[in-house]
Amino acid sequence: MSRPIRAVTPYAALLPMALTVIVAYLGTMAWTLRTSFTASRTFPSDKFIGMTQYERLFDNERWMLSLNNLALYGLLFILACLVIGFLLAVFIDQNVSGEGVLRTVFLYPYAMSFVATGLVWQWLLTPGTGIDGAIASMGFPDFVFDWIVDQDMAIYTIVIATVWQSAGLVMALMLAGLRGIDGDIWKAARLDGIPTWRVYVSIIVPMLWPTVATVFLLLATSVVKLYDAVVAMTQGGPGTASEVPAKFIMDHLFLRSNIGLASAGAIMLLVPVVALLAPYAYARSRSGRERGRA
Amino acid sequence: MYTAPKFKRQTLALACACAALFVGTEALAAGAAAAANAPRAGAPRAEVIHWWTSGGESAAVKQVAQAYRAAGGVWVDTAIAGGDQSRAVTVNRIVGGNPPTAAQFNTSKQFFDIIEQGMLNNVDDVARAQNWDKLLPEPIVSVIKVDGHYYAVPLNIHMQTWIWYSKAAFQKAGIAKEPASVPEFFAALDKLKAAGIVPLAHGGQAWQETILFSAMLANLGGKDLYLKVLRERDPKAIASPAFRNVLLAYKRLQSYVDARSPGRNWNDATAMLISGKAGMQIMGDWAKGEFTAAKQVPEQQFGCIAGLAPNAPYLMQGDVFVFPKTRNAQAVQAQKLLASVVVAPNTQLAFSKLKGSVPVRTDVDASQADACAQKGIAIMKDRSRHLGVSEVYLTPDQNGALQDVLTAYWNTNMTVEKAQKNIAAALSE
Repeated sequence: MSRPIRAVTPYAALLPMALTVIVAYLGTMAWTLRTSFTASRTFPSDKFIGMTQYERLFDNERWMLSLNNLALYGLLFILACLVIGFLLAVFIDQNVSGEGVLRTVFLYPYAMSFVATGLVWQWLLTPGTGIDGAIASMGFPDFVFDWIVDQDMAIYTIVIATVWQSAGLVMALMLAGLRGIDGDIWKAARLDGIPTWRVYVSIIVPMLWPTVATVFLLLATSVVKLYDAVVAMTQGGPGTASEVPAKFIMDHLFLRSNIGLASAGAIMLLVPVVALLAPYAYARSRSGRERGRA
Repeated sequence: MYTAPKFKRQTLALACACAALFVGTEALAAGAAAAANAPRAGAPRAEVIHWWTSGGESAAVKQVAQAYRAAGGVWVDTAIAGGDQSRAVTVNRIVGGNPPTAAQFNTSKQFFDIIEQGMLNNVDDVARAQNWDKLLPEPIVSVIKVDGHYYAVPLNIHMQTWIWYSKAAFQKAGIAKEPASVPEFFAALDKLKAAGIVPLAHGGQAWQETILFSAMLANLGGKDLYLKVLRERDPKAIASPAFRNVLLAYKRLQSYVDARSPGRNWNDATAMLISGKAGMQIMGDWAKGEFTAAKQVPEQQFGCIAGLAPNAPYLMQGDVFVFPKTRNAQAVQAQKLLASVVVAPNTQLAFSKLKGSVPVRTDVDASQADACAQKGIAIMKDRSRHLGVSEVYLTPDQNGALQDVLTAYWNTNMTVEKAQKNIAAALSE
């Protein structure tokens, strides 16, 4: 093969992917940004109205409530997933018997669509039936578990159900991280007589840092796009108590024929993602460069 | 049926599967019929997108298909489960340049933008020939006639705010006579409560709360206030004491629902009436199908009240077909044929009988309809009682914003003044 052709080949191979990124990702992003400045309703329009859609968005009580809910949800969800996922991984890492079965059991929720499992959760949580009914019929007639119909508690039921779904994935990633740790470190720690919990806290967790960062990023993106769980479990209710931004956007896009406002909302959702992603990407590229230099 | 809300989520997967099957078998059947009749060259072929996929509904639309075939056309059925999904497909196909011959929408402003973009054919010829101006109720004309042209053909009328009640529950609570005014209505609710029955069966979803609000606005506020608030979107009317009373009455209803209502589907609420656990439900006439399926007969096991005043407004909604723009002469011919077939009295009656609605025209033989539908048809004859549901007057966006306020007001301790302010803001867009 001649030299010029060989030089061009990798670029040619990359071209389809590059085009996909430019057209499908960046292109649609740019289009959404443009639409968010127009008075578009059912159809995209060319009537530019400046920041009006954004002003309307931040005057909208439901949108503000959605943002609040998302912040609360995101904090609890990420924390709970990290803690539970890590503990599950540590538990499995103790060379328990039946590890393969347990791993599958914990990872299984993640393999199922939340549209289906969300409905099951809804049934479980509906007062009168499900958990509430089961415990009441076991001889505790005063037992009440009605979070899903409670204004102030509904959002926590979503946290519970989605943690159930995602903790297994966190476990799998953490477990891979734990398995990657050199056995000599454990031997050295044992020789020094350091208690196991202390090894985990002071040595293993810091060493797992790259894994934690990856897991955090995965969880953070799933927070921002939270939609299916809410639709399957509460439909944003009771009232507007468990509304989230993605549902606001979908409702305005399809039910309420207001793609202008929906686009403004979508752009506002992109902001935290970029804010999370940019430092991460920057750190990765820097460390990559340093490694290249070394 | 009123589209998505009626859709039972539990049966989502099943419905999708059924829809796919339905489309398949229907296409086969159409193919077989065409083969049997030896396809006439030039027979007007109509591909119709709709979301009538449940048992009763698909039986109803088959009546229209049959009438269309009898008139010499070829009906190609494209059923898509779920109103949102179906409308999205229609809009995408129109934009993509491969529109269906006709497509279902609700009798509302859902298709106003499509008309404005010049993407629909009008059916003025048929409208003129059948004198739709005189024949059809004003609220329906107001959404299908834009700038003097008719862009859609109405199939039926659903009344949104029927008050259904269980005769057994009324008897147990000692209510001798069905309530005929708003105070009597609340008195009946109190009696039911005292008898230990859930007074009002309610599904706590935003659209169902909007129905309760509409019922209060129409029955307590009256036609003038209703139009001032929802059609003129008059801030003065929204700030008025009369409207404040409507909102207070709406909120008062909340004290009569059970604590487990949030998120409940409308048909589960109707089931509470059927079993006698609850006394009343305010819901559209599609609820009749649930009673019928449970082998209950109107005026025997359950009753239906259209309004709480002698001249209470009749809140209309329903379904229409629109006709996407095409220059294909044969398709235009198919659109016109379908429009005239749909409005024909026999089609109207056959469709509504299976659908639970009433015909858009009153010159039909009402004796075939059930007791509740007969009441409806009788009220329809008085044009002064004709009124549309909120979606007839508001854009989907405004209507959604109103729903957000109403459901928040219902579910939280928002003050009535704040609700008035938020409604004014929601409707000012």
